[in-house]
Amino acid sequence: MRYLIPLAVFFVMVIFLGVGLTLDPREVPSPLLGKPAPAFSLPEVSRPAETFTQERFTGQVSLVNVWASWCVSCRQEHPTLVELSRKAIVPIYGLNYKDERGAALKWLDILGNPYVASAFDADGRTGIEWGVYGVPETFVIDRTGTIRYKHTGPVTPEVLEQTLLPLIRQLQAQS
Amino acid sequence: MKALLLALLLALPFEAGTVEIRQFSDPVQEQRYERLIDDLRCLVCQNQSLADSDADLARDLRDEVYQIIQSGQNEEEAIRFLTDRYGDFVLYRPPFKPVTLLLWGGPFLLLAAALFFLISHARRRSNIVSPQLSESEKKRLDNLQRET
Repeated sequence: MRYLIPLAVFFVMVIFLGVGLTLDPREVPSPLLGKPAPAFSLPEVSRPAETFTQERFTGQVSLVNVWASWCVSCRQEHPTLVELSRKAIVPIYGLNYKDERGAALKWLDILGNPYVASAFDADGRTGIEWGVYGVPETFVIDRTGTIRYKHTGPVTPEVLEQTLLPLIRQLQAQS
Repeated sequence: MKALLLALLLALPFEAGTVEIRQFSDPVQEQRYERLIDDLRCLVCQNQSLADSDADLARDLRDEVYQIIQSGQNEEEAIRFLTDRYGDFVLYRPPFKPVTLLLWGGPFLLLAAALFFLISHARRRSNIVSPQLSESEKKRLDNLQRET
């Protein structure tokens, strides 16, 4: 009995610390989940005369990927996005965050353009509206224009297959 | 040469200050701003406040806070702006709500548990009555004391 209590306390601590080790402190839960996509009005990257607003997201399930040519992890996830866009499962929209248009266009030219269109957010104000804190970030948006999921960090094939695509299919099945 | 090195060494800590200088017409607003950026957490360097962080996003968020405060709005509105977008994570002082109940109540719970243990332990101690000596034992003790 004398040793039982300290032992129990020790095991409780081990469990708590063990769970703590599996959590990623960089994953900040977004308060935007379940809310309508924040409003914005930005020019497109490729066609500066065209205005891109959040209204484009209504009517179909879409992916919104926050990217920048200066972002190293974006380069890592880019082939996965290009491949996804070839399969035409879901339209991918881009939010080009705090970038230069020339650099962004060059990036799309060289690495391929998986985006239906990319909004050009030069000063990053729209990024802040969307709660962006670490590019790349990817949002899943349903037909009504509501944010359903947010992935922070590069989209790997595993993330795509195990998390994003099942959710997209599920949302597409809902009418 | 030594003097130059010393001068460079002394200059180092001053060089580290990165926060831009803001102009305020109202000293109350300036205080609000200073307090806020000290109390809000940068999402990029998560163990730094907005005031300490040199991250690009921290600078942008300081801009937002500055504009909100300058437009005459109060702290709560600036905090709401950030928590609406980034969640309670930006607050170094998490708000009291159902999810944070254990966080705020936990220490008091531990204190209550410790007090409970302490009191029950002390009670158990005081309940132990020292055994009484029987007549024969008393005699033996007397004899032993007399011998010495």
